[in-house]
Amino acid sequence: MENSKFINDNFINYVSKVSPRTNEVRTLFRAFWVGGLICCLGQSFRMLFENVFSLSDDVLAAYVSMVMIFLGGLLTAFGVYDRIGKYAGAGSIVPITGFANSVVSPAIEFKTEGYIYGLASKMFVIAGPIIVFGISSSVLVGLIYYFIYNVL
Amino acid sequence: MQTVIFKNPPVITFSSSVAGPKESEGELSHFFDYKLKDDMYGEKTFEKAEAKIMYSAIDILLSKSKIKEDKIGLILAGDLLNQIISSTFAVRNFNCPYLGIYNACSTFTEALLVGSLFIDRRYKDNIICATSSHFSSAERQYRYPLELGSVRPPLSQWTVTGAGACMLNVKGEGPKITMSTVGKIVDFGVKDANNMGGAMAPACADTLLTFFKETKLEVDDFDLIITGDLGVFGTRVFKDLMWEKGYDVSGNHVDCGELVFNINEKEYQGGSGAGCSSLVFCSFFMELFKKKKLNRVILIATGALLSSLSALQGESIPSIAHLVCIENMEGKK
Amino acid sequence: MIIDYFMFLKVFIVGGLICTLAQVLINYTKITSGKILVIFLLLGVFFGAIGLYEPLVKFAGAGATIPISGFGFLLADGARKGAKESLFGALTGGIKSAGIGITAAIVFGFIFALLSKARSKRN
Repeated sequence: MENSKFINDNFINYVSKVSPRTNEVRTLFRAFWVGGLICCLGQSFRMLFENVFSLSDDVLAAYVSMVMIFLGGLLTAFGVYDRIGKYAGAGSIVPITGFANSVVSPAIEFKTEGYIYGLASKMFVIAGPIIVFGISSSVLVGLIYYFIYNVL
Repeated sequence: MQTVIFKNPPVITFSSSVAGPKESEGELSHFFDYKLKDDMYGEKTFEKAEAKIMYSAIDILLSKSKIKEDKIGLILAGDLLNQIISSTFAVRNFNCPYLGIYNACSTFTEALLVGSLFIDRRYKDNIICATSSHFSSAERQYRYPLELGSVRPPLSQWTVTGAGACMLNVKGEGPKITMSTVGKIVDFGVKDANNMGGAMAPACADTLLTFFKETKLEVDDFDLIITGDLGVFGTRVFKDLMWEKGYDVSGNHVDCGELVFNINEKEYQGGSGAGCSSLVFCSFFMELFKKKKLNRVILIATGALLSSLSALQGESIPSIAHLVCIENMEGKK
Repeated sequence: MIIDYFMFLKVFIVGGLICTLAQVLINYTKITSGKILVIFLLLGVFFGAIGLYEPLVKFAGAGATIPISGFGFLLADGARKGAKESLFGALTGGIKSAGIGITAAIVFGFIFALLSKARSKRN
């Protein structure tokens, strides 16, 4: 099907010219301070685990992200995280709590379609790509390094 | 000719409206027949809630009009959900002939148009036209989970929670549907699924221009030109497009999407959804007609005929607008 | 317990800047949140793989590990460490070190979803 016969480039240009824009400075500032604050929260857990439980550096990051995922999930379950997201934008999407939010929010929402076909199967509708691309790229990195270490 | 001029114009005798909580806080609040405090409406899912909203709107209409269920000639209903389940499940409770229709947000004028044809030809009487939409069920289907902390872009519109229904009769008291224009699909290539106003404005202008051309009427012949859910941005584009063709509609144009909420924050573009035009028309504008404050209006609801799949496949947004001309015939004499 | 306030400043600035960069992408392009997460994850994997992310983690701690790019770094770092040992390690190293994050997300997600229900929004 040829679509070009009805597409009106003048109109597209006009629309993109007059479209309202986001208030850049405000959104950037909000993303900065909320994102920074969430990272600081993570850092305080890191210090706590380091000093109180004397965890080693290797597992420290893993435990911190576990706690942050818990908090992100908890705030999602209480219906707070979407409000933070509305205010902070990327400031609450990019931290690992945002990953938790993107797992928990569809799981909660699609519970109405049942535990198997709803909750469980829809859990990764948004976060699925992270797992797919993350693990695939890590395998690629592993193979490249294996090649470098053992063949070269 | 895209325009149909009815020989036996149907009368809109009664109308009913059921509004969600956010809509009930808006300017039009006291025009609504029933206001929900909770948009779950006592149901377990948002989809069931939407069906119940539509059911309530039809139920209120039946009790207002005192017409019994078995006297209903036809129910014309539609909504935004896949396979128009809200309408189907709402009408399931009535023992009435049913036509389910879909033209996205322009479904309400489509229903009025089809209903008018049945009445004009005297095939049926007591026809109910109803549409509904629900913010949460639409959000689930078209966008993201509700609890996801995503950013709503500045062009996005807010789906109206609510339903409106009206009764078309051969005879009776009320405004009449005298003319109607069936729209064409217009697609100028807007691909941003958030920019529905911008995508629908050309369809709206196209139908309205066709109507003016075919009936030789002018903008000033009408008290109001009511659009469905163009939103703030879509309205601007629509006015520009009409201006370009030599029509100045800015004086008597209103948009249901702009009316339905209190837009204090200026963050969003206003309401949208199949329930938007029906909710506002069946409450506020019908009241104005009853009080004879309106004489002759154009109701033109616009629809963005996209699906979540077509948007992901990179398709642009085909849009449509159907027009009905509604007149207070007694007021004229 | 000695609290290193200067460290917190570094965490705040680095973490904040990563989020601001994502916000710039959202504002200037039409990239949605799902794509933002994937892009930053892959950036983390890339810079982790070429060894540039680790100095940032040393410098800013949670400021570099809490953003999703830190998750990517964890994957790449695990894969690199695994590759030193064996081919099997190269294949499983990434998910081994990131496994706790995925497990936490699934298990907490499951529990929270069982306990809570979707609410509609008003604004």
